[in-house]
Amino acid sequence: MTAVLEVREARYVLPGRGTRDGGRVLVDGVSFTVDAGETLVLLGRSGSGKTTTLRLVNRLLEPTSGDILVAGRATKQIEPHRLRRGIGYVIQDVGLFPHFTVEQNIGLVPRLEGWGAERTAARVRDLLTLVGLDPDHFRARRPHELSGGQRQRVGVARALAADPPLLLLDEPFGALDPITRAELQREFKGLEARLGKAMVFVTHDVREGLLLGARIGLMHEGRLAFLGTPSEFRESSHPECRAFLEAAA
Amino acid sequence: MSLLRFYADNSREALGLLGQHLFLVLVSTLVAVAIGVPTGILIARRPRWRRPVLGFANVCQTIPSLALFGFLIPLPFIGGVGARTAIVALVVYALLPIVRNTYTGIANVDPAVREAGRGMGMTDRELLVMVELPLAAGVILSGIRVATVIGVGVATIAAAVGAGGLGVYIFRGVAVVNDTLILAGALPAALLALAADGLIGLVERRFVWRS
Repeated sequence: MTAVLEVREARYVLPGRGTRDGGRVLVDGVSFTVDAGETLVLLGRSGSGKTTTLRLVNRLLEPTSGDILVAGRATKQIEPHRLRRGIGYVIQDVGLFPHFTVEQNIGLVPRLEGWGAERTAARVRDLLTLVGLDPDHFRARRPHELSGGQRQRVGVARALAADPPLLLLDEPFGALDPITRAELQREFKGLEARLGKAMVFVTHDVREGLLLGARIGLMHEGRLAFLGTPSEFRESSHPECRAFLEAAA
Repeated sequence: MSLLRFYADNSREALGLLGQHLFLVLVSTLVAVAIGVPTGILIARRPRWRRPVLGFANVCQTIPSLALFGFLIPLPFIGGVGARTAIVALVVYALLPIVRNTYTGIANVDPAVREAGRGMGMTDRELLVMVELPLAAGVILSGIRVATVIGVGVATIAAAVGAGGLGVYIFRGVAVVNDTLILAGALPAALLALAADGLIGLVERRFVWRS
């Protein structure tokens, strides 16, 4: 079986020769695969290259070298906007469209893909229920009428709208208060099992990573310093793993 | 009172001048929107062009209006005597607020919104039409409003190049030192500016999304 996502020796160098940061290597020699139903957590400090790696997958950044395959196809061969419509994307600041209702936000990719109104509406109802929001109560609201937690629930529903096999999540719960955060983590844990998607989940929170990840990839200075299960991570003698575990203890 | 008598005696001429004035402002604003909004979008997309374009529009704005009309008269195609020259000059003045506000409106769209849109697979055009322009609409409209109000004022000088408009009364009044005549041009021009301001302001308020 082909992995849903395969990253081979990905490397990303900041463009702009002669500028201050031009030529800086942000990601180097990163390789991993993610199977259906599996969540890979990319853990690391700020600036370790985890978000950059994520953005290489959906071509918001173009890899300088290396290959990235989604469902066995090289992403280079796919038009960026086509590629992205097949990959769910959730970011910390959610980025809901303020002039759209909740329903329009979630139904965006279906609309771009030319689904009919009825099919989209039914899908929106299902998704709102899935993320724990009452469709009748929330469908017609606008983002500014929602709490931070509700907004990110809508963000997750939106990413799932066209039923993509792969989901990229960039610190999705990073901006939430601790209680809402724990609540969403718990629910997300339940969703992982039910959805059977391949997911890449970026975080700097080691507890969150250990809770949600089937495997942990530890990024350090642009490289994948460690890749293994949460229990292997706990046992690891790698200094960066130790640093994270001690910080969380 | 003498002003009312003046209008009663010259109603046909006054309405004609008002119509010319409206025509000058309307056409020049529409042309300025047709040029200014795409230019604003362009410099939002190509940051390197922003400074030269806004700089140029700024310089245009600083040319004294009477001088600009004068400069245009000897030019072929866009110059000469008449409405065409006046419209060119009015467009030049209207450009800066429209270009600047279009740029500002788009640049101020929450980066997270843009990131999410791109990440979900919107093309550049879809992002522009479905997200950036609707969110920037309020700011763009306020630029158009400023441009229109400026246009109503500057259009009074169009009379100097033979384009007619309410400025005809003002120039005539200044020449013969007749306050009533000056007022006959200035008052409706001021009212017109206020009306344009209020009207576009009304539309603008409908486009404010964030509470």
